Amino acid sequence: MTTLLRNAIVLLLLMTAVTGVAYPAVVGGLSALLFPHQAGGSLVERDGKPVGSELIGQSFTAPGYFWGRPSATTPAPNNGAASTPSNLGPTNPALTKAANDRIAALREVDPANRAAVPVDLVTASGSGLDPEISPAAAEYQLARVARARHLDPAKLRELVAASTAGRQLGVLGEPRVNVLKLNLAVDEAAR
Amino acid sequence: MTANDFFQVGLYLAVLLVLVKPVGHYMAQVFADTPNRVNRFGARAESLLYRLSGIRADEDMSWKRYAIAMLVFNVAGLAVVYILQRTQQWLPLNPQHFGAITPDSAMNTAVSFASNTNWQGYAGESTMSYFTQAIGLAVQNFLSAATGIAVLIAVIRGFSRRGVAAVGNFWVDMTRATLYVLIPFSLVIALLLVSQGVVQNVSAYVDVATLQHGQQTLPMGPAASQIAIKMLGTNGGGFFNANSAHPFENPTPFSNFVEMLAIFLVPASLCYTFGSMVGDRRQGWALLATMLLIFVPLTLGLVAAEQAGNPALHGLAIDAQASATQAGGNMEGKETRFGIAASGLFAAITTAASCGAVNAAHDSLTPLGGLVPMWLMQLGEVIFGGVGSGLYGMLAFAVVAVFIAGLMVGRTPEYLGKKIEAHEMKMASLAVLIPCALVVICTAIAVMTPAGTAAVANPGAHGFSEILYAVSSASNNNGSAFGGLSANTPFWNVLLAICMFLARFPLAIAMLAMAGSLAAKGHVPETAGTLPTHTPLFVALLACVVIVVGALTFLPALALGPIAEQLMSATGH
Repeated sequence: MTTLLRNAIVLLLLMTAVTGVAYPAVVGGLSALLFPHQAGGSLVERDGKPVGSELIGQSFTAPGYFWGRPSATTPAPNNGAASTPSNLGPTNPALTKAANDRIAALREVDPANRAAVPVDLVTASGSGLDPEISPAAAEYQLARVARARHLDPAKLRELVAASTAGRQLGVLGEPRVNVLKLNLAVDEAAR
Repeated sequence: MTANDFFQVGLYLAVLLVLVKPVGHYMAQVFADTPNRVNRFGARAESLLYRLSGIRADEDMSWKRYAIAMLVFNVAGLAVVYILQRTQQWLPLNPQHFGAITPDSAMNTAVSFASNTNWQGYAGESTMSYFTQAIGLAVQNFLSAATGIAVLIAVIRGFSRRGVAAVGNFWVDMTRATLYVLIPFSLVIALLLVSQGVVQNVSAYVDVATLQHGQQTLPMGPAASQIAIKMLGTNGGGFFNANSAHPFENPTPFSNFVEMLAIFLVPASLCYTFGSMVGDRRQGWALLATMLLIFVPLTLGLVAAEQAGNPALHGLAIDAQASATQAGGNMEGKETRFGIAASGLFAAITTAASCGAVNAAHDSLTPLGGLVPMWLMQLGEVIFGGVGSGLYGMLAFAVVAVFIAGLMVGRTPEYLGKKIEAHEMKMASLAVLIPCALVVICTAIAVMTPAGTAAVANPGAHGFSEILYAVSSASNNNGSAFGGLSANTPFWNVLLAICMFLARFPLAIAMLAMAGSLAAKGHVPETAGTLPTHTPLFVALLACVVIVVGALTFLPALALGPIAEQLMSATGH
């Protein structure tokens, strides 16, 4: 039994060195060498200063910006230090109320738009940090942003297209628009 | 369902099936009793590890000694994870200065990671230091997975050996699983993930001024290395709270595809390894076919339920129709890049395997969509299941199926040339019944206790579903959750830790006991009275046994949770 105990403890220490120190160090070294931008968080800079990560959604509430997915993080939406979904069940009245409130907020800044709201704009994302919206959700907001920024809608549609990624390899996932990249382009165009 | 939904599911299965044979063949070489080209490759590194640990690599262990070594090794690992969490404030690599974890939460997490469950009562980015994550949690991701594979290999030896009272050497099996299988595969997966945007560094969190005059803290850490083994070892414990829904943990549809493949890669390929080691590959394909027979329809059901959307939102001015410009359906708790197909498929895979990583909020799935992952866990985590543990669980069901067939048509119960007698049946029954009993008993305890029901987040039938899901998850070593349940309380931490420990170790020991007695038996020659176990008939019989046990045990409970909720939402309540 004491032999087994010694075998177990020493092997555990050695395996910890291999899988807990050597392995992540090798992954870290190779990542820094091959993919330094991604390994460091895919940061986006403007005028030399980081303004966020292209992978982490930010909170947009002004009419002149495209809004991202609703976020259930606390205390504020899109809290990067505390990712979470809403965890509201499908029949929870709080879910229906949240959806209604989001529809009302979108219509308040764009009363003329009576179209049905794309579902991803009224439902909270899985991480609370979803960086993307569907192309339908971008199109729904396009007239509002164009008006607020005094931009030609056709020009704005080109910016949306430039921030849109199709299904990866033509099959995987869904087409999507990166909201931070798009809003940076909107700022640039309206400058 | 849309055409693309079908296509994404089909593509996944096709790529998986292409990988099964080469990976399964490779693992059969790794665990072969005789030296070969593959398992001699790291012989020097191996013998150094054994020499330093005082291990005699040529010792052929009895099943009891094998079980004790497994238990001692895992309990030691559990203790290390507990101590690391309680002392992380004094240890290095803690740039956010996180304090010690509470004793009940640390105990729960230690059991959780040592038992390959990875149930998480804590939120990674706001509680665990990089040191705890890498030295404690990620190490257990490797070692608990390697333990599962080792136990399976011992069980396979029970069938393949004749008249030998030993099942192999735990230290060697565990070490080889880590060095030859888990580390090299993880390395490749980790780099693929980093290329897509998963972070891998030890920097402090980055504060940025956002576009619309706000502040945002971007979490960092050695995530990719840990996430790779989290998927490959069917562990499932997220580096970040949102797990694989977090854009730093699963940034693109391609990373999602890689993560899904990593979950099933080892459990599916081990079926081939099994067939190869018992000298009849058809036996392995038959078990894989059984798993697919149950997995595919349930997956399609889940995706269809999510694509149909949430009836509660139907009256509102919402466009949830799938089109070229949106996924539509029930998007609450889902990420835009994954939409419905890649979220639904992931939810089915992660619960069919005992992984438990999530890329969407299972709590917000539609009632029928949420029933599927819950039931996949309750089936005993044998539809692929955990690495190693899934297949030895399925072998227990196979023994039961052979026995039932023997009763029905009067054939002698034998499997792979071994006579199935009272002792094997007792051990197989234990393996089948331990998780079932834990789910039913502990759910009852939780719903009758104020401390149990206080954790519920959603009202009505869904609240019961949250409890049932949590206990089913812990008692089958899955680890996913209906995340609304506030389970980081002493009551829940203790209850679920008990479930996780009992579901993991007594079950593994029962299977080792079966292996011990099987290995000592001689080979029974095939006769006209032998039921062939590689035929479609046996596949159907085995699937029926798995489903009947799962349905009989859990339908009443499911009727009170997801089924009641579905009926209410369909009638507009």
